Amino acid sequence: MKPAPSIVFFTVASGAGYGLLFWLGLLRPTGLLPQAPAFALTCLGLSLLLITAGLLASTFHLGNPQRAWRALSQWRSSWLSREGVAALLTYLPALCFGFALVRGASGLAVAAGLLAALGAAVTVWCTGMIYASLKPIAQWHHPILAPGYLLLGAYSGMALLAAVSAIGGVVGGPASFIVTLGLAGLVLKLAYWQIVDRLGPAASLASATGLEALGRVRPLDPPATETSWLMREMGFRVARKHAAVLRRICLLLGFVLPMLLSLLAGQFGGGLAVLALLLAALTVLAGILVERWLLFAEATHTAALYYHG
Amino acid sequence: MTCLPDRPPGAPALGLVIDLDTCVGCQACATSCKQWNASGHSGPLPDLHPYSAGAEGVWFNRVHSFEAGEGAAGRTVHFPRSCLHCETPDCVTVCPTGASYKRAEDGIVLVNHDACIGCGLCAWACPYGAREMDEVAGVMKKCTLCVDRIYNETIPEALRQPACVLACPTKARHFGDLADPQSAVSQLVADRGGQALMPDLGYRPVNRYLPPRQRQAESQPIEDQPTPLDIKNPLLRWMDRVLTR
Repeated sequence: MKPAPSIVFFTVASGAGYGLLFWLGLLRPTGLLPQAPAFALTCLGLSLLLITAGLLASTFHLGNPQRAWRALSQWRSSWLSREGVAALLTYLPALCFGFALVRGASGLAVAAGLLAALGAAVTVWCTGMIYASLKPIAQWHHPILAPGYLLLGAYSGMALLAAVSAIGGVVGGPASFIVTLGLAGLVLKLAYWQIVDRLGPAASLASATGLEALGRVRPLDPPATETSWLMREMGFRVARKHAAVLRRICLLLGFVLPMLLSLLAGQFGGGLAVLALLLAALTVLAGILVERWLLFAEATHTAALYYHG
Repeated sequence: MTCLPDRPPGAPALGLVIDLDTCVGCQACATSCKQWNASGHSGPLPDLHPYSAGAEGVWFNRVHSFEAGEGAAGRTVHFPRSCLHCETPDCVTVCPTGASYKRAEDGIVLVNHDACIGCGLCAWACPYGAREMDEVAGVMKKCTLCVDRIYNETIPEALRQPACVLACPTKARHFGDLADPQSAVSQLVADRGGQALMPDLGYRPVNRYLPPRQRQAESQPIEDQPTPLDIKNPLLRWMDRVLTR
């Protein structure tokens, strides 16, 4: 599948934004984070910035972005519509959270923060299910896909939270969470690649043509000598060549390096910790960007069978 | 509404039956489809760089050629690919706007181009690659089963068929109601063992493909048999002629 830059950016930026919002709403009442309202407001602002930038980027992918509001109507059947509804609804408790922080209404802040955390989790789950529900794409139509979106969103959100909270003077807790979530993410990615490497396409060319009785079927002549939208969208094949290298880059940038930096930050504290955790947040985002690009580029669609066999 | 409609009992399931035994891959169905639909319900259909390298455009029907089987049993099969108007199409249910819909009355799957946002998710959800993005208008387009022909009372009744069916010079394409077991198309499917494509994915396509007929086991290509010219001796050649008379 073609990795459209707008969608790759959207899922990475919004995933991290919702992850940050999730942890902020959930962990702030526990006292693990800096309690100054300025800290919570900074995190909230950063998360809403990332979420909004991602959502705007996703509309660049549309042929008619001015009609995007129509996408809120079919939540009964469509995960994409559900994602849109959940994304917009999450703004309500998130803005309420901000209002409560400014006004110093601590009870309201806790309640709105928890609701925003719930909204964030639901939205990212919907994003994952958009892809996981597509039967023609074997690499996506798998129970591990949507939990992966959730976990990596939570992980990248935690990396951002740790960086901001280090600036606010709290290092230990969030930094150790990065290591835990990073390990979980690492195991999940390795398991995912193990699964997709063994997976064939969702169908064979013989069953796609109804010619199973004749034996092996292979393409002879394509319908046109030139390319088409279908080929560009679903026949994308650049990734296979570089997949192994890109997977290593993803693991190194996205998981190994940030975990080492977080351990370093936990050991030394102070200014070095701030620097290490800022760097960790950046490498996590870079690593997840590579991961998301690969998630698209390595996915194969049954329609490509008609062209490539 | 992108939830699938409750189809009334006895409602027809209009679709195509395509005979892979007689299809010669001439592309007449593809070009006549393009010609009709460029100005109908889904028109205009874009053609980018039509007269130079990189020519491409939106087609609702594309004819592939495949090789199937091995050795002497192997054969070339021409394979027209278009929307199968599935009974449970994910392309409809994934649509976030309600632009993609299945008609309750005849099962035709259509796109309302005025409500489509061009997200492309329906094309991802279709295993058959039947939907193509009109990148000029920014909306999804697909086979309409010539909905603007088959009910069109301003054209003679015999012509109220999909353009591809009318154009086929070998009568490899048949249009009709596949929900009615007595219809001509259903009979054809029953007689010839018509196949649904990728049935395991669960889309329950309506269109059926008739696999190529079994070859006669004894049939030798005619050119393999000796001709009178292969007999060099003129006397024997004359005797051969007399005796075969």
